[in-house]
Amino acid sequence: MYPDNYKYTKEHEWILVEGDTGTIGITDHAQHELGDIVYVDLPKAGTGVEQGKALGSVESVKAVSDIYSPVTGEVIESNGDLSGAPEKLNSDPHGAAWLVKVKLSNLSEIDGLMSAADYQAYLGE
Amino acid sequence: MDSVSGVLRKTPLNAVHRASGAKMVDFGGWDMPVQYSGILDEHATVRNKVGLFDVSHMGEIEVRGPQALALVNWVSCNDAAKLAVGQAHYSGLILEGGGFVDDILVHKFADDHFFLCVNASNQDKDFAHIAEQNSLRGFDATVENIGPTLSQIAVQGPRAVETLQKLTATELAPIKYYWFTTGEVSGVPATIARTGYTGEDGFEIYVPNAEAPRLWAELMSAGEEFGIKPAGLGARNTLRLEAAMALYGHEINDELNPLEAGLSWLVKLNKGDFLGKAKLEEIKAAGLKRKLCGFKMTGRGIGRDGYEIQLDGTAAGWVTSGGPGPTVNMNIGLCYLPVEKANTGQVIQVMIRNQAVDAEVIPTPFYKRAK
Repeated sequence: MYPDNYKYTKEHEWILVEGDTGTIGITDHAQHELGDIVYVDLPKAGTGVEQGKALGSVESVKAVSDIYSPVTGEVIESNGDLSGAPEKLNSDPHGAAWLVKVKLSNLSEIDGLMSAADYQAYLGE
Repeated sequence: MDSVSGVLRKTPLNAVHRASGAKMVDFGGWDMPVQYSGILDEHATVRNKVGLFDVSHMGEIEVRGPQALALVNWVSCNDAAKLAVGQAHYSGLILEGGGFVDDILVHKFADDHFFLCVNASNQDKDFAHIAEQNSLRGFDATVENIGPTLSQIAVQGPRAVETLQKLTATELAPIKYYWFTTGEVSGVPATIARTGYTGEDGFEIYVPNAEAPRLWAELMSAGEEFGIKPAGLGARNTLRLEAAMALYGHEINDELNPLEAGLSWLVKLNKGDFLGKAKLEEIKAAGLKRKLCGFKMTGRGIGRDGYEIQLDGTAAGWVTSGGPGPTVNMNIGLCYLPVEKANTGQVIQVMIRNQAVDAEVIPTPFYKRAK
C-alpha cells in the first residue's frame, strides 16, 4: 500500500526524492479520509515552498484541506491533469495523481520524515 | 474522535451504520453517518434511484389539547389554521426579535393534535421554548417531547414510492406532497409523510425506536431491485443545497429572519398575533437590507460556508452554504447580499483564501426535479 521508497509526513503527504527533485502527493489514507475530491489548487512552477507550510489545497465535497510541503524548495512542475480530473486523487494517490515536483534546497530535511513502516505505525496509533 | 464518542447521542440505527462501514461524524452531538459508499455516489443514487437516510436524530414534539392550534399558531409563523387533517407545512419558530429559534415541519393530526418535526441540535431548546410559551400565555394545551421514542427514516428518490409500497398496504400514490397518513409499514405503526430534504420525491416515516433496525433492513431489501443505497449526511447536504433548502445555523439562525432568508412565504402576518410578528412587521416596513441569493462560481474555486463576499473590493456579504452541486455540475452556494445587489446576473467575488474569485447570482433552486 505505502511504497517503501517514499517518505511520509504526519499531515499525510508523501514525497519521492530522486537526486534533488522531490515528487509530492497525498497518501491513500488522506484521500480516504477526505472522500470524493472535487477540486485541487496547486502552485505554479517557480513558486517557493517551505517545509511544513501550506503549498496548496485539495477540496472534497465536504471540506477544504491544506497540503503541507514536506520540504523546502521551488516548484518545478505541478500536475495539470488534476484540474480536469481531481477524482484521480481518490483512485491513484500514490501514482498518477502526484501533485507537484519540487527542487529541494535542503536535502537533510528528508531525514526528519517518516519511512513507510513508521507512517503505517503512525496510522495505527 | 474516540475520546468524545462516549458522550455522543446515538440513533437506534447506530450499530447498523457502523456494521456497514459508514464513516461516522459528530453532528451536533450525534454520532451520525456522513457517508457510506461516497457522497457523490449517494447523491446520484437519490437523484436517479432511491436512497435511505437515517434521520432519527431529528426531534419530534407533540402539541395536544383544546388550544393546540392556538399554541402552534403563537410560536410558529405559518398559519396552521389553514392545514387540513393529514396535511403538513414548513414553518419557523420565531423569536421576539424576528430571528429563528428553529425551522420546523408542522403536521396536523386533528384539530387538537399537532406534530412538529424539528432539527436535531435544536430539539431541547425548541421544546423548552414551546413549553415556556405555553405556560406564559396560559394555553389549554400540552407539549410533549416524543423525539426520544421515535426513529425517522427518509426514503428519497424517483423509486421511493415503489420501494415503500412493497412494505405497506397504505396506498401511497394518492398521498400528495406535504401530506401524510398513518398506517403500517412492515407491520409497524408508522406516520408516513410525503416530505423530504433532497429535492426529490419521497417519504419521511416515523416509527417506534425498537422497530427501526428491522425496518431499515426491510427497506434495503425492498429497494434492492431499484438500486437502493444508504445515504449519509454528506449527500443530504449536497442534495438540499441543490434544492436551495435552508439549513439552520447556515441560511437561518437566531439573528437571521425569514423575510431576508427568502422565506417570507411562510410568514403569515394577517393570521393574528404571534411571537415575533411585531418585529417582522417593523423589518418589512423599514425595507429589507439584505437578501439570501443563489450563486454559481464562474472563476476557479469553491465558495464555502462562511466565506466573505465582496463587491468592488469591499465586504458585502457572506456565503451561508457552498460547495459542489454534483447534479447541476457547477460549484454553487447561497449567500447574503445587499438587496440592491441581489439580482440575477450580478457579478460578485467570493474570497477564497484571500483571493477574490468571480461568481454570479443565479436563480434558485439550482435543481428542480422533472414532474
